[in-house]
Amino acid sequence: MRTRVFLLISIAVAVVVFFGARMVNNDYVFFAGYTVLQFIVLATAWNILGGYTGYVNFGSAAFFALGAYATVFLHKFYPLPIPLLIVIGGVVSGIVGFGMGYLTLRLRGAFFAIATLALAVVLQTLVVNWDYVGGSRGAYIIRPNEIAVIGPYVQYLFLLMLALVVIALTVARGIERSQLGYGFATIRDDELAAEASGVPTLRLKLVATTISGALMGMAGAPFPYYIGYLQPSSAFGLEYAVNSIAMPMIGGTTSWVGPLIGAVLLGSLQQIATVTISSAVNLLIVGLLLVAFVIIAPNGIIGLVQGWTRGRAK
Amino acid sequence: MGLSFDLLINAVIAGILLGGFYAAVTIGVSISFGILDIVNIAHPAFIILGSYIAYIVNTRVGIDPIVISILMLPVFYFLGAGIYQVYYESFERRGQEALRGLSFFFGLLFVTEVMLILVFGVDYRYVEAPYIGPSWRLGVMDFPLRMLVPCVAALALFGALELFLSYTFVGRAISAVAQDQLALRLMGASPIRIKRIAFGISIATAAVAGALLIIIQPVEPSVGREYIGRVFAICVLGGLGSLPGTVIAAMLLGIIESFTATFYGPSWAPAVAFGVLLLTLAFRPAGLLGR
Repeated sequence: MRTRVFLLISIAVAVVVFFGARMVNNDYVFFAGYTVLQFIVLATAWNILGGYTGYVNFGSAAFFALGAYATVFLHKFYPLPIPLLIVIGGVVSGIVGFGMGYLTLRLRGAFFAIATLALAVVLQTLVVNWDYVGGSRGAYIIRPNEIAVIGPYVQYLFLLMLALVVIALTVARGIERSQLGYGFATIRDDELAAEASGVPTLRLKLVATTISGALMGMAGAPFPYYIGYLQPSSAFGLEYAVNSIAMPMIGGTTSWVGPLIGAVLLGSLQQIATVTISSAVNLLIVGLLLVAFVIIAPNGIIGLVQGWTRGRAK
Repeated sequence: MGLSFDLLINAVIAGILLGGFYAAVTIGVSISFGILDIVNIAHPAFIILGSYIAYIVNTRVGIDPIVISILMLPVFYFLGAGIYQVYYESFERRGQEALRGLSFFFGLLFVTEVMLILVFGVDYRYVEAPYIGPSWRLGVMDFPLRMLVPCVAALALFGALELFLSYTFVGRAISAVAQDQLALRLMGASPIRIKRIAFGISIATAAVAGALLIIIQPVEPSVGREYIGRVFAICVLGGLGSLPGTVIAAMLLGIIESFTATFYGPSWAPAVAFGVLLLTLAFRPAGLLGR
C-alpha cells in the first residue's frame, strides 16, 4: 500500500471516528477520547526512536511538557491559533531532541537513556523556577467555550488530536517502509555492523530523535487548552513517560500497529480504571503489565498474534 | 566579610558530608552499572524501600535505623540475587538487555514507587535516633550529627567493600567479570554466579543507603526520582566502576549542590546533578578517573 493511499484511508477512519463520537453527543466521550488519542501520538513517537532504532527514551514527559509550555509562553504574548502552536511545539521539542541526541548518542545506548531521564528533571526545575510561565504555582489558560463551524471547544481539540494521530501514524508507517526505516533497523539489530558497512548511524539516530521529539512536542502543544490549568507536576507527570514506553512494549515495537494497539487498549483501560478504581491503581496496573510483557511476551501483542497464527498454519 | 567566610566554610562542610552520603547511594550503581554493565535505573526505588523498612521497624520497635539496615542486608541481598536471575534468564541470555532490560528496570522503579504510595500515601515519614538534632561545633564550623553519622557510615561501607573487592576471591572475581569473562571461566568461576552475587551486594547496599537517607531527610515515595540523576551523574563522573572515583565524584557533587543551595536557593539543587551529568557525558564520558 502506498503511503498516499494509507493517508487517505486513515483520514477516512478519523472522519468516521469523529462523527461517531458526535453521534454519542456526550462531552465526556471527547474528554476521554482526547487522552487516548494523545497517548497514541506519544506511543507512536516513542516507538520511532525506541522501537525502530532500539534507543530508549525515558524523557517523553519532558518533550511533551516542552510543547505544552511553549504554548503557555506564547499564549502570554498573543493567543495564536492552536494548529500554529502545534507546529511551534513540534519545532521546539524537535530542536531539543536533536541537541540531546547530539550530546549523548555518540556514546553507548544506556547513556542516552539516562540522559533523557535527566532532561525531564532539569526542564522541570527550570519551569518551576521560571515565574513567567507560572512557576510552581502553574498557569491558567482560559479557553473559549465554542468555536465556529465545529461547536464545543473540546470537540475542536479532539479533532486536532485526531489529525495528529493521522500524521504520526503516516510518518511512522512511511519510515518503516523507506530506506530510513531499513537504516534504523540495522542500528537496532547490530549497530557496529551497520557502522562498518557504511550506514551513517549517528545521522540516522539524530533523525529519529528529532522526529520522535517533535511529535511528542506536537502532542503536548494543545494540552494547556485541554486542561485549562497547567502545573509543572501535571505536564511532567511520570505517567507520560511510563505510558509512552509501556504502550509500544505491550502492543509490539516492530511496526506502527503495535503502539496503536497498545495505546488504544491501555489508554481505554486507564480511562475506565481512573473512573471506577483510582488513578494510583491504574498506574500500578500499567507498571505491572509493562514488567510482565517484557519478560513473558517480548514482542508484545503483535508477537503473540503472529506466533499464534504461525502455530495454526503448521 | 567574616560572615560570608563562615557561610562559605559551612557550605563546604555540608557539601562534604552530603557527598559522603551520596557515595553510599551510588555505590550500588557503581557495582551494577560500572562493573556488571547492568543499567539498574531502579536502584533508587530499592533505596526508598530501605528507607521505609527502616521507618516501619524504627517506629514499631525503636531500633536504630543503621542497625536495622545491617539486619536487612541478607534480605536485600537475596532480593537482588533473585532480580538478577530474572534479568539474566529474560534479557541478558537472549541479548535483549538494551531495550527490554531497561524497560524492565523502569517498570520495577515505577511499580515500587506506586506500591509505596498505595500503602503509605504521599506523606513524609521520618525516623527517631539520638543523633538527629544535635550538632558539633568547632569554632565557626558546624557539624550536624544528622549528616555526620551517615557520612561516617557511608565511608565505612565503602572501606568494607573496597577491602572485599581487592582481597577476597569472590571480590576479585567480581572485578574480573567486567574485564575478561573467559579468563574468569578458566579460573573455575561461573560468570553468572559471580554476577548474581555482585548484583545481590549492589542491592544490599541500598538497604544501608535507604536508612541513611531517612536519617538525613524525611522520605516520601517519589523522593527516589531525584536520586536517579544524582546517582548516575556521580557514577559516570567517577569513571564507571571505580570506587575511589565514586567517592571523589560524590564529594564534588555534594559540594557543588551545597553551594547552589546556599547561594541560589534549594529549588535549583535537583538541576545541578543533571547538569553535571550532561556536561560529563558531552565532554568527558570516561569520567574523572576513567579507565
